[in-house]
Parts: sequence; C-alpha cells; structure tokens
Amino acid sequence: MGENLLEIKNLSVEYHTDDAVVYAVNNISFEVKKGESIGLVGETGAGKTTIAKSVLGILPQLQAKIKSGEIYFEGNDLLKLSEKEMQKIRGNKIAMIFQDPMTALNPIETVGFQIAEAIKRHNKIKRQEARERAEDMLEMVGIPGERYRDYPHEFSGGMKQRVVIAMALACNPELLLADEPTTALDVTIQAQVLDMMRNLRQKLNTSVVLITHDFGVVADFCDSVAVTYAGEIVERGSVDRIFNNPKHPYTQGLFESIPRLDSNENRLKPIKGLMPDPTHLPEGCRFAERCPYATEECTAAPPEAYEIEPGHFVKCFKVKEGEK
Amino acid sequence: MKKKRKQSRLREIWHQLKKNKMAVVSLVVLIVLVLIAIFAPLLAPYSYSEQNVLNANASPSAEHLLGTDDLGRDILSRLIYGTRQSLQMGIFSVAIGAVIGIIVGSISGYFGSWVDNLCMRLLDIYQAIPMFLLCVALAAILGPSLRNAIIALGLGVVPGFARIMRASVMTVREKEYIEAAKSINCGTGRIIIKHIIPNAIGPMIVQITMGVGSCILSGAALSFIGLGVQPPIPEWGTMISEARSVMRQYPTQALYPGICVMISVLACNLLGDGLRDALDPRLKN
Amino acid sequence: MTPLLEVKNLKKYFKTAGGTLHAVDNVSFTLDRGKTLGVVGESGCGKTTLGRTVLHLTNPTDGEIFFEGNNITNPSKHELKKLREDMQIIFQDPFSSLDPRMTVSEAIMEPLLLKGGMSKDDMREQTRKLMDTVGLAERFEHSYPHELDGGRRQRIGIARALALEPKFIVCDEPVSALDVSIQAQVINLMLDLQEERGLTYMFVTHDLSVVKYISDDIMVMYLGQVVEKAPAEELFQNTLHPYSKALLSAIAVPKYPNDTKRILIEGEITSPVDPKPGCRFMARCRYACEECKNPQRLVEHAPGHFVSCCRYKEINNIRENKEEKVNE
Repeated sequence: MGENLLEIKNLSVEYHTDDAVVYAVNNISFEVKKGESIGLVGETGAGKTTIAKSVLGILPQLQAKIKSGEIYFEGNDLLKLSEKEMQKIRGNKIAMIFQDPMTALNPIETVGFQIAEAIKRHNKIKRQEARERAEDMLEMVGIPGERYRDYPHEFSGGMKQRVVIAMALACNPELLLADEPTTALDVTIQAQVLDMMRNLRQKLNTSVVLITHDFGVVADFCDSVAVTYAGEIVERGSVDRIFNNPKHPYTQGLFESIPRLDSNENRLKPIKGLMPDPTHLPEGCRFAERCPYATEECTAAPPEAYEIEPGHFVKCFKVKEGEK
Repeated sequence: MKKKRKQSRLREIWHQLKKNKMAVVSLVVLIVLVLIAIFAPLLAPYSYSEQNVLNANASPSAEHLLGTDDLGRDILSRLIYGTRQSLQMGIFSVAIGAVIGIIVGSISGYFGSWVDNLCMRLLDIYQAIPMFLLCVALAAILGPSLRNAIIALGLGVVPGFARIMRASVMTVREKEYIEAAKSINCGTGRIIIKHIIPNAIGPMIVQITMGVGSCILSGAALSFIGLGVQPPIPEWGTMISEARSVMRQYPTQALYPGICVMISVLACNLLGDGLRDALDPRLKN
Repeated sequence: MTPLLEVKNLKKYFKTAGGTLHAVDNVSFTLDRGKTLGVVGESGCGKTTLGRTVLHLTNPTDGEIFFEGNNITNPSKHELKKLREDMQIIFQDPFSSLDPRMTVSEAIMEPLLLKGGMSKDDMREQTRKLMDTVGLAERFEHSYPHELDGGRRQRIGIARALALEPKFIVCDEPVSALDVSIQAQVINLMLDLQEERGLTYMFVTHDLSVVKYISDDIMVMYLGQVVEKAPAEELFQNTLHPYSKALLSAIAVPKYPNDTKRILIEGEITSPVDPKPGCRFMARCRYACEECKNPQRLVEHAPGHFVSCCRYKEINNIRENKEEKVNE
C-alpha cells in the first residue's frame, strides 16, 4: 500500500440531451491505493456508474462531456490518452464487471472461448496457451475447467457472474471496477460470489472500486467508502469511520433508513423528500432540502470537503463548525 | 384529458421524427400529393378526358407542359387526376388490411393456444397463395374497378399486418400492467382495447406507412394489366399501360407516371423508416 | 374468530417441456385480520406464484382457499368480481406494472370506473383523496408514469390497490426496486395504511431484513415448499431449518466490524421440475443424510413454529422430549 494507483481530481461529467443538461458528476476527487478496495455507495442517479465509465473511457461519446478534471492511473492522465492507448489499458490494466451477467456474455460463443479471446487481445500468446490460462481462470472462480466448452445459457445466474469475473481478471488487471456485481443475484449466491471475490482480491492484490447501493456488501468487502449524492462525494473515509462515526447528515440518514436485522426498532426513519433533479441542481449544498440541520448558510453556497480526521472528508458546513 | 394524451404522443413522435431530414421531406411530399389529389380540378389545366386527336403525342409546350398522349389528352392533367386513384388505392387498401390485421393479430396474440394456432395456420395457407395472383383472381371475380382493386389489395396485405400485430401483442401481453389490470376486474375486451392495442400499435404504424407505398405500386401493376381503374379515368398504372403502344416513339409518356409512382412509394418508405427510428425507445437518449 | 384467509394444501403445477414444474407444492397457512404474513425465499421458490394463486390470477392445481370462511377455490365469475374488490395486489416493479399510456389519475381512477356506480365527479374526488392518502401531490395528476421516479410510481400502485377498499393485499416485493431512503418511506406508508384501515398483508420478498419490520408471521419457502414457519421474533431468535439459517447468515449486515460467521451453502437453487419425494434442500445441505430422502413434513416445534426437517433436533441440539404435534 501507500502509492496511489488511481487518482481522480475534480472530475465533472455532464450529459447533454436535446432539452437539458444533466449534471451527473460534479467535482469529484478520490484516490485508490494499490491493493485497496473502495466502495462507492449511493442511490440511483448519484453518478456512480458515470465515474466508472469515465475511468474506463467508455462514456457515450455523443451525449457525455467531461467538463473538467484529471484521472491519473499509474501517473498518466487517462483523459489525455488517445483511443489506441486507452485500448491497451482497457481490459488489460483496468477491467470492469457489469451489473447484469446475462447481457455481458455473447450467447453464441463458448465461455472458454470468450475468456481466451480476452487474454489473446492483450497478450501475444498461442491459442493453446490462452486456452490453458482460460481454464485456469475458470477453476479460479470455482467453475470446473471441463465447462470450457459450454455456452452461457448452460450456466445459472451466479455461475455466469463468475464467468464474467473470470473474464475481467483474465489479464490480471491492476484495477477492477465492479458495478453492482451482486445486485442481480440471490442472497445465498451473493454471499458465495462476494466470498470468492474477497479471496481472489487477497490472492491477486487487485485494487477494486466497488459500486453498490448496499452498505452490507461494503462492510463485507471494502477498506474505505465514498458516499455519493447527486453527483458529489459527500463523505469519504475508512469503513470503520463511516460505519461507526458517520458525520454527514445524508450518511447518517441512509444508515437509519436501512432495515436491519440487528435492530429491534419498529419503524424505519426515512430521509424525507427526493434527490434533486440532476438537470436543476440547487445552488448550495445538494442535500440541504432534505437535511434536518440545514440553515441559510447551507442553501447559499456549496460546502467544501473538510478533513475532520486524517483521511475522513465530509462535505458539510455543520461538521466544520463542530456543531454536531 | 383524452385529447391531451393523443397530442402528447403525437408530439413525442414528431419530436423524434424532426431529426430525420429525409423523413420530414417525405412527409412534405406526401402531404403535397394528398393536396394535389384533393384539389385536382383546380390544379389541372385541362379535363382528364378532353381529347384533341389533332394534337396527339405532342411534345411539351407552353399549353401542354408535359405534352399529350396518343389521344391528345393533356398528360399533366391526367397525372394530377391520377394522383386521386393511386392514393386511394394505397390508403384505402392499407386501411382495410390494417383493420382486419389488427383485429386478427390482437385476438391471436392475446388468447394464444388453439386460437393462435388456428389463426396462424389459416394465414399460412392464405400466404401460400402469391399475393399478386390472389389480387388478380379477386379482381377477376369481382370485376375490374377501383373499388374491387382496393378490396383485393387490402385482403392481400392482411397476413403481414396480422403477424406483426400478433408478435407485438404477445410481448405486451406479458407485461405486468396487464396482470395489474386483471387484478382490478378489467374485462378481456377492455384489456385488449385500452391496454394492449395502444401499447402494441407502434410497429404497426411503420408497417402501415410502408404498406401504403407497396399498395400504390401493386395498384399500379393491377391497373397496368387492366384489372384496376378503367379508362378513361386516369391512374398512373393505367397511363403506363396506355403508353405502352407508343413506348418506342414517345418513351416520356410512360416515364412521367413511372416517376410519380416512384416518388410516392419512396416517400412512404422513407417516412416509414423515419417513424421506425422515432418509435424505437432504444434510440431515444 | 375465523381467520381472514386460510389456505390448505395449495398446489400450483405448470406443465413445461422438461416435465411438471412444482411451483407451489402443498402450502398451508392461515392469516388473521390485520396481520401480516411475510413470505421469504430466493428466486424460483414459488413465493410470487403463491401470491398470484391466492388472488386467482392463476388457478390453483389442487388444494383449498378460504376467505372470510367461504371456500373460494373455484369462484364463479360473479364471485370472482366481488373477490377482486376484497383482495388486491401491489406489484414489484413500478416501472412495468403501470400502463405507460395512462396518466396518474387515469390509472388510479380505472378500478373505480370498472367497479361502476359512481359519477365522474365522485370518481375524480375519490382519486384526489387516494393520491393524498399515498402522498402524491396533486400536480402529478396528469403526469405519465415514465415522468416520475420509482418511489412515486410505487405510490400510484398502492393507490390503485387501495381504490377498491380491499381487506387483503398481496404485496409482491413492493420495495425491492426502490432506493433505500425511498424504500423506508414506502414501508412506513404501508404500515400507516395497515393501522388506519385494518388491512391484512401477505408480504412476498427475498429480503429478510425488510420482512422483519413488517411481518407478524414469517414463512420461509424453498423450491415450492414451506421449510419453516414461525412468528417473526421466534424465527429470528430461534432459527431451526438449515436453509433458513443459511439465508439469514447470507445477508450482508451493514455493520463494521462484522463478526457474524457466514454459513455458505454450496451450489445453486435448481428448478422444481419433477422433484424427488425427499427434502428439496438436500443437495445443498451440509447435514443431508439417508433419512432426508424420505418425504418431509412440517412439525410443530413450539406453538406456531413449524419446521420441515427430519434432523432439526440434532442440528440444533434440542434434547427435551416434548410431544410433537404433527401439522398436516
């Protein structure tokens, strides 16, 4: 650990549609250390997936505009690289797992062939060698190597997600972007897949950016957490800090509104209201409208991210003033 | 409130369609054609049947912009009047085909099982007969006239419409809101009319537009072999047929109605293409 | 007092190309007025089919259903119409359960329109009231579903279900498509409505932590069968069936450090096509033995706590020699 593998600085991304501009990601900064696993947590529309797509350079070209920011990966700004250079990184040094394993695999090719293809794309090796490595990858994610010749439809949902993970890890990437990798799976299968991913991460020392809406998965898998809201990171810190000492009112509200097995409350405490429309973001703090502590100051101008403890950042005026 | 809904759907389609220049041009062409058909008596410089044998097969001149045919009738006037017959053939036959097709397709798609099997096998048998032969046979039995040609063409396009409607209905049928409608005591008739057809009609709109083009074409072909519109009433197909005898000496006489057919069919197809894109939710951003 | 709903040995089989699919197999339960029954299980366990069958959205293959003491297993057309007014459903996916071509008020008004006997103005008035009840602002009256977010859409679904003033509502994963902060709002709304109107819920979900908040009784299903049934508190404190245990421990609890030991079960759920007579969980169960190949039945371990496992006593180290009551 120590050195930063990925460093995102002041990234802002907008989507331009016919009638409006969607402010999807606004001035986000965070870094991922080598071997670290960071959880990007937030609700639908918080901009989590857009961040991952920006890193990989696969934003829809016609609508998406990267307004500002830098994304440093091993010291190079990915946003300045040409498409050809990006192709060498994509799938090789940075890989991504998508939410839906059903659509991520080509239904008319065998799974083994698809993994071998992924390996051959970035390595000059013979077909036989690629094949052997693909079989190893399958074994690694807990699928017998004999199933190399099977087609995706012959696998169940959890197995398919394992294949997708095997494909992503085939080139031994430095960084893995996992976008809700277990959301489409049943709980018992989710537990299996998470368990497997945790073991692989330790074995391969891959850095992971895990995108999820589920704090339970984060507690299980991540070293640090970034809580996103309306395209911003409102709070960031170690898992321990965020779970046991959350400071931002939104983080606190989220924890209170999750139904928990380990509590005996009869009622949930929801956060009132809705996330602001990403085409008309409020001037001040984006959460002010729903925040129980909001004052005039909050609606006037957006707060900075204050570092209240080493590595624990909170975007809230109240925290700075130490009022809470 | 009902009005508001219709408008908003149309506006939505128009909003998407606007982006496709070819489709907009095609729409304009079709509107112009319809206007020509409606106002033919005002636009045409001569009557379509006014003969002047002394001035037969004349070249274009100031009096006769496109010249005259072998009976000395003004070609431009005949083309203008011919628009009426051709468009009627296209529009009315598709209307017949679409109405029957939507009914058969909806019933077949919604009920499934043996109803579906019965309908589909009947259509299979029906489709095994070449459409043009069928039209020829029908027109021959009913007697050659504009009305009978329209009926023949309309019946000929039913299977295509029915199949598309069926496929579309079958996807809508599986949607949860259909089950939701059942759970609040919605009867079968109301489910089909209120929930299924409005949501399944999208692909049909495209097919209908393109169908108009192909029916104009088939109508012209029917008239060409004498089973459609009867002389002296002008129709583009009939005009090509009549020009056949003098094709060697005066090829333009066949060329003009040919161009008219081509333009109208092309316009229909391009508009259909544009509508398909406009209606496809995957292409929306 | 007769229970509001009583289901006896309900079966729903589907014929498929591969054989007969036992979607719901021999499920029995009773549900009292004003209570909530949570039905929990993973995809393919038959929980959704169970809800649909009780409501007669599909017809049961075998078994009996009683509503307010009346046998409603094979209702006539007229009886079914009446039943649909008493029994309603809230769907999982607020995106696909609303007709995209109907505005909010049209969608909520539709059940009233179908019931008949109301003037246009009364219906409009009633629609406004319903929108108010579920917390939808009047300005959304003429909006289309696709213009609204998931939470608001689910509120439309709830308003529609309430329109006919039912006594019993099947809630089919009503919050699993929603974000957590919105999910909590909707759950609270449903609890409030239950209190105000004395509603009875059958709450179908895969999420045990949600079910804990809303249920009085919980039924755990696996491949079409009930493996464990107990009052909510009891089930969480004294889980008996190996599958329920695994399900419970598989939930990722948002706590750090999290010291709960995971029970990982091997393999994946299969489909219940022509199942063998024995325990259906056997293939994935670490305690499986020869005895498990015999048909299992629900045994009442404690009052109201039923479990369908022949080895549950050994597994849970239960020594006392209580008289067992057998539940058929």
